[in-house]
Amino acid sequence: MKIHEYQAKELLKAHGVPVQQGRVAFSLNQVPEIVAALPGPEWVLKAQVHAGGRGKAGGIKLVRSESEAVDAARKMFGMRLVTPQTGAEGKIVRRILFTEAAKIKKELYAGLIADRGKNRLVFMISREGGVEIEKVAEEHPEKIITEPIDPGVGLQAFQCRRMAFALGLAHGLAKEGAALFRAMYDAFCANDCSLVEINPLIIDAEDHLLALDVKVNLDDNALYRHPDLAALRDLDEEDPLEVQASKYNLNYIRLDGNVGCMVNGAGLAMATMDLIKLAGAEPANFLDVGGGASVETVANGFRIILSDPKVQAILINIFGGIVRCDRVAKGVIEAAQSLNVQVPIVVRLAGTNAAEAGALLQESGLKFHVAEDLAGAAQCVVQVMAH
Amino acid sequence: MSILVDKTTRVLVQGITGSEGSFHSRQMLDYGTQLVAGVTPGKAGQKFEDKVPIFNTVAEAVQATGAQASVIFVPAPFAADAVMEAADAGLALVVCISEGIPVLDMLKVKEYLRSRRTRMIGPNCPGIITPGQCKIGIMPGFIHAPGPVGVVSRSGTLTYEAVAQLQRQGLGQSTCLGIGGDPIVGTSFVDVLEWFNHDAETQAVVMIGEIGGAAEEEAADYIRRHMRKPVIGFIAGQTAPPGRRMGHAGAIISGGKGTAAEKIAALQQAGVQVCPSPAEIGATVKQALT
Repeated sequence: MKIHEYQAKELLKAHGVPVQQGRVAFSLNQVPEIVAALPGPEWVLKAQVHAGGRGKAGGIKLVRSESEAVDAARKMFGMRLVTPQTGAEGKIVRRILFTEAAKIKKELYAGLIADRGKNRLVFMISREGGVEIEKVAEEHPEKIITEPIDPGVGLQAFQCRRMAFALGLAHGLAKEGAALFRAMYDAFCANDCSLVEINPLIIDAEDHLLALDVKVNLDDNALYRHPDLAALRDLDEEDPLEVQASKYNLNYIRLDGNVGCMVNGAGLAMATMDLIKLAGAEPANFLDVGGGASVETVANGFRIILSDPKVQAILINIFGGIVRCDRVAKGVIEAAQSLNVQVPIVVRLAGTNAAEAGALLQESGLKFHVAEDLAGAAQCVVQVMAH
Repeated sequence: MSILVDKTTRVLVQGITGSEGSFHSRQMLDYGTQLVAGVTPGKAGQKFEDKVPIFNTVAEAVQATGAQASVIFVPAPFAADAVMEAADAGLALVVCISEGIPVLDMLKVKEYLRSRRTRMIGPNCPGIITPGQCKIGIMPGFIHAPGPVGVVSRSGTLTYEAVAQLQRQGLGQSTCLGIGGDPIVGTSFVDVLEWFNHDAETQAVVMIGEIGGAAEEEAADYIRRHMRKPVIGFIAGQTAPPGRRMGHAGAIISGGKGTAAEKIAALQQAGVQVCPSPAEIGATVKQALT
């Protein structure tokens, strides 16, 4: 789960990561009070959206008076911020973080992730901060220093010192650096994060470290033990259809194509999307209905897929292993009838009782296109799209 | 021959009285798996289906029944603990079906297993089956038949799809194993490829990967250097957008890494025949074996 910068800073601050004073505004009338409460004479407004690259897109503004702050906030609230990470449709700004301005002497990078190859948490640090770390990794991999953490004993003091010195921090600052790495690690573990990133980590005018921008992602699987963190979810940042789908316990991701698909299992769902693309069409979504595929699940799946106006055909691909295909077929028929689905539906049911399922679909009086295997399903999709 | 499990494997189920656990335990019994014990804390002395004894702890179950492998159906918040209990009891194999285990829990489990003799498969996986002999997991048994093809995959239903295609070509399987869709898993593609490489019955291997991580690239490296048998591959997620988790916690393209294109290129360079379409897996294996 993604959270906003201001929320992430609160989490890190609670464990001792130095961040600027800041306050978040949800509406324009909060601005004068917030500016008055923060030390000046300059302030920075930062659009709070779940995407990076805000600066170049106009999502970060420096202001020098209360009236400038109000003007800038008026323009920023409601603006559609388009960055390389938001996609073409961009994200609407609904919250703005106000902070005191900072003087930057140097920009560094510090990140902490779970490394799936090494099976441990790994710090990634670099003297090259303020730019995309992926770019540094690609062009100058030697400029990224990694520090893997032993899961048995956790982060050790010598590792914190080693990282601080590797960043070229002078004596007093090295102590601050070591403490900062410890704080990042503590925050990561205490909150079940999947990513903690400080970029840039700056040395300010007074020669102190400061986490100027931070990003924290939380492990979805661990949210059950952090109800307070689960409450940080901002539904405005998510696709409304995806929010709706999650209420039905469906795993749905909206894409740009025109063929909707409904599949059981994540791997088969991805493979079905690939199949649609190979057949010359574009998938409109990823949708994993899980193992059950009951009448209710199928009906909800239809509802979600058909809410996307771009969808011109639907491909249902269910491999019934434990679940019986004739039951799934009944669900498909019932749902298609009750929802009065108008777009062509290609159905491929394989596994237990697939033949009975095929017969049910053919006899239903509804215009299903029944495919026997994956290759047939792809051909069917091409045919219905050509008409 | 087969890998890891056969008709002599004695299996216990952790979470045998839960709804998932009891349903699939019945399926495993029907398939002929030697299911010798169940574990549900507080239910010792009872019997599952009037024949499988239930114990309070894995250690007691192992001592009383000589179980060698465990399959875990307990809910995710308790699954890491269940894996460690199985390892502590000295089981050679633990198959974790449970989905949704936190990453920090899995890191601890991996570390715990490092100094023990237990091999873990999963989590978030369909399990392992040696057709006609032993099914440990949730895959539909009836779609499988004994034969020369080893199957290894990060996915569940996509594996069944591949197996169904093999059956259509008249090709049975030596062993089919799902390694799981999570970022941190107990057994990697490389582990399984190595076992298939040394298994006399396996003549070809189907490897089904997906976007995210670098497991397929590591597999490609192993195949290039050591594999003596044809490998037929498929990578799911060629159309997946970056930055989005495609169902599986591990299936995510991040920082421009873990794309299908990269994985396909790496596998092809290692001599793997990568099917562009998931509909061609069976036919491609048939070709490779004739």
